[in-house]
Amino acid sequence: MDKVLTVKNLSKVFGEGCPECFDLTGPEHDTNLCPRCGSIVAAHNVSFDLYQGEILGIMGESGSGKSTAVKCLYFDQPPSSGEAIFYDDGEQYDVFNLNAAQQRRLANHRFAMVYQNPHLGLNFDISAGGNIAERLLMSDVKNYAEIRSRAMRLLSRTEVQTERMDELPKNFSGGMQQRVQIAKALVTNPPLLFLDEVTTGLDLSVQAAILDLILEIQQQNKTAMIVVTHDLGVIRLLAGRTLVMKYGRVIESGLTDQVLEDPQHAYTQRLVASAL
Amino acid sequence: MNQKPILRVEGYCKYFELHEQQKIIPSSDDVNLEVYPGKLTALIGPTGAGKSTVLKGIYRTYLPTNGTLLYRTENGQQIDLAQADEHRILELRKTEMGFVTQFLHALPRQASEDVVAQPLILRGADKSQARTAAREMLTAMNLPERLWGISPATFSGGEKQRVNLARGLVSRPRLLLLDEPTASLDPVTTEHIIRIIEKLKNEGIAMLAIFHQPELVTRMADHIVELEPPAGVDKMLKEIA
Repeated sequence: MDKVLTVKNLSKVFGEGCPECFDLTGPEHDTNLCPRCGSIVAAHNVSFDLYQGEILGIMGESGSGKSTAVKCLYFDQPPSSGEAIFYDDGEQYDVFNLNAAQQRRLANHRFAMVYQNPHLGLNFDISAGGNIAERLLMSDVKNYAEIRSRAMRLLSRTEVQTERMDELPKNFSGGMQQRVQIAKALVTNPPLLFLDEVTTGLDLSVQAAILDLILEIQQQNKTAMIVVTHDLGVIRLLAGRTLVMKYGRVIESGLTDQVLEDPQHAYTQRLVASAL
Repeated sequence: MNQKPILRVEGYCKYFELHEQQKIIPSSDDVNLEVYPGKLTALIGPTGAGKSTVLKGIYRTYLPTNGTLLYRTENGQQIDLAQADEHRILELRKTEMGFVTQFLHALPRQASEDVVAQPLILRGADKSQARTAAREMLTAMNLPERLWGISPATFSGGEKQRVNLARGLVSRPRLLLLDEPTASLDPVTTEHIIRIIEKLKNEGIAMLAIFHQPELVTRMADHIVELEPPAGVDKMLKEIA
């Protein structure tokens, strides 16, 4: 199996930060707010490996730092410290030490993100097809006919009616907007995909269809994915391995069935016990 | 016994630490057993003896507290399942280890034949080949063809269990863990399924099984391991309290 990503000691502090931020925050202090300097320790010492075709779940409640971790990896936010190595076609990339142009290149070609809020992932001023075209243009596909046919193929694969590809995203339902986001993400066939609460807030039937689509993509494209969610059901369905985060720390990690059936940490035990 | 075991469990212990209740629950204590290719080792003992806990520890659904679970892989490597890397365990589950429980976990929107085909698809098999193999397995299980395209969610207990077994057996694991595979089945179906298990055993699959009915143990087991509920359950709770 091929390794796609190694993350070591990723940390992200919002605010000035002080030497005691890490010692005074975390699950044992029941806060991520440093009492000394008022900074938020959103993530600290997050480390993991990810292999080709693997889905890693990151589970935790709001404010646990799970989204921060993937946002740093997708260059939405610079990390405060830490290292991430991306392995691609025999090459290694020291992700956080690339220059802005190189980072954009990775984000546009080799990584993709699907956000909970479609406004973050889609440009609402241009059509669904235009959104997909935009990502292709950024990754240097310039031929109009090719762009159009690839956009159409992806939309039909994600079950968006291709007759509607020239409509604006605002005309679509929430579930359809997620499908357009997924189509846009997949159009460059990225080996690494980040999914941040992608089914949160959708109808159950729509959730199920989107989750099935994600599994199908995993099986057909061997895409490695990081799935951030607070939903145990999503974790159970998608993830082979799971990290549990609280107050910016990874408090537990393991095989998903083990984390859910034999949770080790007190917090995970409470979390699993509160499942519906 | 001149054949080498595929699995040797030595001193397996599993205690559950329940933080909320501040309790430690011993579930398995000092379990020792061996499983051989083409043989069936049966776990027997009363409820609470930790039979399922042993299977789940081997499959790593439970994290063993203590002991070694030495597994010999297809290419002759010895791996301690208690310590092995998670990716390694996922790989073994995909290619070498199967687990059939009393319950079928399947998506309510998935056709039975797809539920059965899934392990093969995960292994990278072609979709139509996987489906053909799944159909053969369902035929062997005597599941009426009209049910293949339907989700097992609405099936009877016996029908569900046949789908469950078909899925566990379709990828021909080297080591098969069976947790009461014939519980909730009528005698005719039980007989049918036992014959299939027998056949697979004769083909060389190593099996570790829990059977509800004692006569199945007598009939199927080459080795019997008797477990008792961990001693000192009450004592330990008092010690902690």
